[in-house]
Amino acid sequence: MGGNRHSHDHDHDQHAEVGDPSPPQYYEIMEAAVRELLIEKKMIQPDEIRRQIEVLDSRTPALGAKIVARAWVDPAFRARLLANGRTACEEFGISFYDDTQLIVLENTDKVHNLIVCTLCSCYPRPVLGLPPDWYKLKPYRARAVIEPRSLLAEFGTIIPEDVEVRVSDSTAMVRYLVLPKRPAGSEKFSEEELAALVTRDAMIGVIPATIPAGSVEQ
Amino acid sequence: MTRDLGEHLSLSTGVVVARGETPIFGAGDRIRIRTRSPIGHYRVPIYLRGKRGVVERIIEPIAIDNEQEGYGRNAGGRLHYYRVAIPLNEIWLDYIGSPRDGLHIEVYETWLERM
Repeated sequence: MGGNRHSHDHDHDQHAEVGDPSPPQYYEIMEAAVRELLIEKKMIQPDEIRRQIEVLDSRTPALGAKIVARAWVDPAFRARLLANGRTACEEFGISFYDDTQLIVLENTDKVHNLIVCTLCSCYPRPVLGLPPDWYKLKPYRARAVIEPRSLLAEFGTIIPEDVEVRVSDSTAMVRYLVLPKRPAGSEKFSEEELAALVTRDAMIGVIPATIPAGSVEQ
Repeated sequence: MTRDLGEHLSLSTGVVVARGETPIFGAGDRIRIRTRSPIGHYRVPIYLRGKRGVVERIIEPIAIDNEQEGYGRNAGGRLHYYRVAIPLNEIWLDYIGSPRDGLHIEVYETWLERM
């Protein structure tokens, strides 16, 4: 190996190049052109785009999990959340920068909710952040409304025949968040411990919230 | 929603509401999603055109017509969206699952017709 300035022993040649070396494609060129034009015409400031990315990056499923855990422990909050998802989330300081409304869908022993956007990738971004890739792809988007039960079964979620499956297709100005059932055995969990049980996929409705196997129970 | 006197005047308060402020459909109303094809991008999926369902709830507040707004043709017009429930076996004749399984979606007022 080289001199003592570079004594660690990994092979630099194995690092893939960061970024795509191929020439920019149609939509990348169009995005740059529109962005530069908007800035040149003073319709937006360059910092606004950077700031919006910061806003998006600050939203993660941990926010949604906090909302769900609070709803599980506080019946008055749960009632407000189901009456108006947006204003209840705003109590937590979660802003709806995209000016969407939020309907929270409660899973019960009789009803299982699933959310999808068949037209594109509408998603409760203010409370969950960016959607997973599969949520944006056509197989999920089509099958969620055509054969939700077989789709759910592939996620390991078997819905009994006597439970109603409600698929909410988000399309325009309303976003949906599933309020999963509180798992049996979590009665003595703190609000924080409950939030740790709530995953992104449970709030999309493809799986239930569960207590992971092997975790210590009361 | 008070819907006295042709939907424009509430008898209890005397308040006159603007055109379009009062929803023309209510929860429980039976509706059909219109079958039409305006030019451009709009937010009513094709698989639901012509399907019959029930209004589940009125979505507040009133909102702009995205179908018009996207093309700069909307002069500030606002109407209601409605959350509509449509049985999955109404959408797909060969649907496999419970007859109670349903599709729920928000649809703009201009896309609904009363049955």
